[in-house]
Amino acid sequence: MAVNKVVMLSGGAAVGKTAVFRHIIAAMKTRGIKAAVCKIDCLMTTDGEVYGGLGVPAVVGLSGDICPDHYLVSNLEELINWAGAAGAELLLIETAGLCHRCSPATARCISVCAVDCTSGVAAPRKLGPMLTCADIVLLTKIDMVSQAEREILAYNIREINRTGEIIPIDGVSGYGAELFLERIGARERTDGFIDDTLRHTMPGGVCSYCVGERRIGSKYQQGIVEKISFEDTI
Amino acid sequence: MNKITVIAGTDKNGEREGFGQIDMRLGEMYAVCGATGSGKSRLIKDIEMLVNRDSVTGRRVLIDDSLPVDRQAAQSGLIAHLGQNMRFMLDIEVGAFIEAHLHCRGNATAAVGDVLKLANAITQETVIESDNLNALSGGQSRALMIADIAVVCNSPIVLIDEIENAGIDKTVALKGLLDRNKLVLIVTHDPHIILMAEKRIIMRRGAVRAVKDRSVSELAVLDELAALYLKTSEIQKKLRAGESL
Repeated sequence: MAVNKVVMLSGGAAVGKTAVFRHIIAAMKTRGIKAAVCKIDCLMTTDGEVYGGLGVPAVVGLSGDICPDHYLVSNLEELINWAGAAGAELLLIETAGLCHRCSPATARCISVCAVDCTSGVAAPRKLGPMLTCADIVLLTKIDMVSQAEREILAYNIREINRTGEIIPIDGVSGYGAELFLERIGARERTDGFIDDTLRHTMPGGVCSYCVGERRIGSKYQQGIVEKISFEDTI
Repeated sequence: MNKITVIAGTDKNGEREGFGQIDMRLGEMYAVCGATGSGKSRLIKDIEMLVNRDSVTGRRVLIDDSLPVDRQAAQSGLIAHLGQNMRFMLDIEVGAFIEAHLHCRGNATAAVGDVLKLANAITQETVIESDNLNALSGGQSRALMIADIAVVCNSPIVLIDEIENAGIDKTVALKGLLDRNKLVLIVTHDPHIILMAEKRIIMRRGAVRAVKDRSVSELAVLDELAALYLKTSEIQKKLRAGESL
């Protein structure tokens, strides 16, 4: 079997990404959709145990010293091949959710960004390409806020992502998971992922700190180094 | 729209609910009652989310006999929901919050002042425009949520999950929310509010157990409870003011 859909779920830390995938995977199993799941993290994760218990092929990738988004993109081909060999038609990838500069989303994947309703009105604007380039935006923890707050957040997200579908979801009860699954199902299958491209460039590197430098000060800094501007002090 | 229809799902044990469907029309008021954990909040949440067998209950909700094409547009166009939340989470000033909600609801007729006026009639702790939304007390938050639903949303379907929480004036709040042209569902443990509704939905173990009409003799009980509420409120007022009875 070959993978014909890749769902890449990004979002900040602790916004409820794993909870969403748990509901989705359970719903996929009842519908006979063959899925595999991958969790990318930096240093450690216990999500492997969560996913392992759901009875689908699951793998954890720890990026260690490398930026987790770079690590994910460097391993995407291998992950798709692994999922296909494990009998999956659909690969779910949960990204690490650390800095907001990157989005590992590619042109042919289904790019999903989870936004926590409790994170504040300004939060969507801070999310960058993972939100602006998303096909589907999940509003998580909807049980924690009023309808008015949810509507204002959805409105603000719509301002910066005009085309993505916004789906409110409650990772505790599973509300919204079926709709999310239906929207994944409605997306076109992809023939293959060879020569797929990133939707947004990764940050410029490499500086001394990327390769293990620990000393502080300009004289130790080589490569692409950007300095803060003090002209517009507040 | 004229009516919504709830099509039966299953209870907490997966057993089929004991009804086929419930049709609810604009102009009706339903009280939703039952023990804690009996599924009251879930029922109105199902209606708010216009579920299509995609919640734990497996219910479906139709508007004028059909599934809405765009659920979210239908939700924000037709439904106002007051949940059990006692606090706001967003980091924004009260005035900006009301302004933003008026804007995204496309409401050009109401103003920030209208919402605050009602909120401050419901609670005795004054809410002002420059307050931080998430710093409001439970009573203030609740009053503002109610005023927002009454003034900003102006939706034909109003879902209320317990109004008796916090220090709010029940009669003023209900006066703002109830409207003869709307469909109102109110989850409550308060017999006075249960009897205000001409129909009541009784919940048990996650399922709708029965839908009952208010009888003529119950109307007399309603009058008794209304008088009792006035009396209790008076006593409460005196005790709060440090008076002896």
